[in-house]
Amino acid sequence: MMNLSPQSKDALKTEEYWINMGPQHPSTHGVLRLVMRLDGETVLEVVPHLGYIHRSMERMCEWDVYPQLVHLTDRMDYLSAMMTNWAYVQVVEKSMGLVVPERAEYIRVMVAELNRLSSHAMWFGAYCMDLGAASAFFYGFREREIVVDLFETLCGQRLTYHYVRIGGVSKDLTEDFVPRVLDICETFKRAVDEYEALVSGNVIFQQRTKGIGVLSAEKAISYGCGGAVLRGSGVKFDLRKNEPYSVYDRFEFDVPVGKNGDCFDRYQVRLEEMRQSVRILEQAVKQIPGGPSMADVKAIRPPKGEYYARLETARGDMGVYFVSQGGTKPYRMKFRSACFSNLSCLPEISAGWKLADVVSILGSLDVVIPDIDR
Amino acid sequence: MPASPQPFVLSAFVVQLLLHPGAALSGTVGPALKGLLLGLGLGDTGYNAVVALLCFVVMSGFVTVTALVLTLAERKVAAYFQNRKGPNRVGPWGLLQPIADVVKLLQKEDTVPRAADRPIFLLAPFIGMIATYMVLAVIPFDQGLSVTDLDLGVLYITAVSGLGVLSILMAGWSSANKYSLLGGLRSAAQIVSYELSPALVVLSVVLFSGTLSVQAIVEKQSAQWNLWHMGPMGVLGMLIYLTAGTAEINRAPFDLPEAESELTAGYHTEYSGMRFSMFQLAEFMNMFIIAALTVTLFLGGWQPLGLLRFLGVPGYVWFFGKTTGVMFVIMWFRWTFPRVRVDQLMKLEWKILLPLSFINLVLVALWAAAGVGK
Repeated sequence: MMNLSPQSKDALKTEEYWINMGPQHPSTHGVLRLVMRLDGETVLEVVPHLGYIHRSMERMCEWDVYPQLVHLTDRMDYLSAMMTNWAYVQVVEKSMGLVVPERAEYIRVMVAELNRLSSHAMWFGAYCMDLGAASAFFYGFREREIVVDLFETLCGQRLTYHYVRIGGVSKDLTEDFVPRVLDICETFKRAVDEYEALVSGNVIFQQRTKGIGVLSAEKAISYGCGGAVLRGSGVKFDLRKNEPYSVYDRFEFDVPVGKNGDCFDRYQVRLEEMRQSVRILEQAVKQIPGGPSMADVKAIRPPKGEYYARLETARGDMGVYFVSQGGTKPYRMKFRSACFSNLSCLPEISAGWKLADVVSILGSLDVVIPDIDR
Repeated sequence: MPASPQPFVLSAFVVQLLLHPGAALSGTVGPALKGLLLGLGLGDTGYNAVVALLCFVVMSGFVTVTALVLTLAERKVAAYFQNRKGPNRVGPWGLLQPIADVVKLLQKEDTVPRAADRPIFLLAPFIGMIATYMVLAVIPFDQGLSVTDLDLGVLYITAVSGLGVLSILMAGWSSANKYSLLGGLRSAAQIVSYELSPALVVLSVVLFSGTLSVQAIVEKQSAQWNLWHMGPMGVLGMLIYLTAGTAEINRAPFDLPEAESELTAGYHTEYSGMRFSMFQLAEFMNMFIIAALTVTLFLGGWQPLGLLRFLGVPGYVWFFGKTTGVMFVIMWFRWTFPRVRVDQLMKLEWKILLPLSFINLVLVALWAAAGVGK
């Protein structure tokens, strides 16, 4: 018989165990698999396993001509497809020295900011869902819907837009675009205030996010994090401000930063970014010039060489690097996604927290799994 | 000499049944049934057995109907909180949706995992239901209308309501699934902890009323409901009872045992078909029970509100009306708040609710000793 007296060390032995979260799990937002070593409820170690949705996109890029590759980028970060389109298109244009009409640049800025709004709205909903607040999920989707509807009238697609093309955008704005954008701006101003009122001040929400998953500024930089994850840690870095591309230098907006680098700061930064996106949109609507929305592009044959360009998607710094040998297809294409870098800090910042906190931390990093695997 | 039997008038009986079902049943139906059975030579034992059987059938019907109505109510309430319409395809306003759900669940395959501890796995859902039925036996729906009125009713409720944890623990343990096990363990810790403060609050009501019978507690509230008759302690006591009760029945924001974003479905992850619906049924009935007990202990049970007594609204209407109100509040909790973390949950009980309920108990004791309740 087992000796159950307190003196016996064996009697009260506890055992660590492994638990598999994903690839099918409600809060990994896709097919991410986290293998966790647990001691009761406490997480000792998290090992992310990637590759469940790897579609060899970089290899696929090598056998299609340049204009055909835009649609692949839709399928990477599908929640901010306008910006991933643009990231790819931008580097091809840079390689050929192509001048994009000013109107097209404004349209790109507008659709990118709208996309950032829809992406953040959906993130808000999903994050609240991760924390168990089911109703907020629908509020996030409610606002995302009107943006997605607008994109549908603009380019016929709701998720994979294929709208930003080499040399401009595929179609000029529809007539009702500008009034609808102003409408969206008003809605989002109201919506973000509503989010704050509903969630930010909630005691349970604050207990679940404040001080949880702290990522220091040095760590954030060394992991190469981007977007709200980097800025939540207090690093004031936004490509739209620091290396202004397109016409971003013509707008007035702030770069919100957090103080502590915890989940709450990342949350707050994203909400504030939505307000800033609304500001940019309102200025862009006033400034947008007339003219063509597509440059006169003859043949797309980047000269021999290596090219790199990057821009700020809803998740951070997205870079595209490619090697051209002068033909109609790239020799090598490499995408640098913010999600991959943002996820890489997860094992470090979630060790020692409870199981529920890992869900909260993962949610606050806002990763899109197809953007990690590609 | 027995009173001369009054002539039986059907219309008068129906009116009495509608206005005072308790008196109608014990005054008319009871003696008639007793006379019939004694005439058949069944004796007192036979009479008691038949009455018990009848009560069981009636309560089964009651549980089924209540649970079905509650599933629909919960979905509708959730839908309107979430800017949706909820079920509206089956029947007018979706009223037949619960029936469609039951038909669907009946068709499902009843799977048992190969590694499961079979007898325990199969038994677990029924234990939960049994515990639920046992509590329902003493709930006073109207004056004289309860299955039985125990002298120690309150003590009985406290004793049997804890049985539900067995079911969850058995399900979690026998499923051979780590998520289920975590859910079961969380639940065990949670329910055992949250038995304490409700028990203390109930004790304070007992002190104040001077009786352990549930019916008598309600009858004592004929002049004033305990909520304000007990002074500030009534309000505090009800808040503690409602909070801890919500936790005891594993509802959001304390739904850790089945936290979807962490443990997929917690202890009932591996259950399907009717066994799964047994857990759901028990959960909904537990919500009803907590609401009914809150109403019984603090909101005057079937007693009307002050002057409205002269409206002549039957007691059971008051009871169900108040219970519905409290259930709505519990649903409101669920669809508004994020989920608390497991250690925060324990902290809430042991560091906040338990000391508060002790203080409450002492204050009520002083209040009662001073003769305020008389």
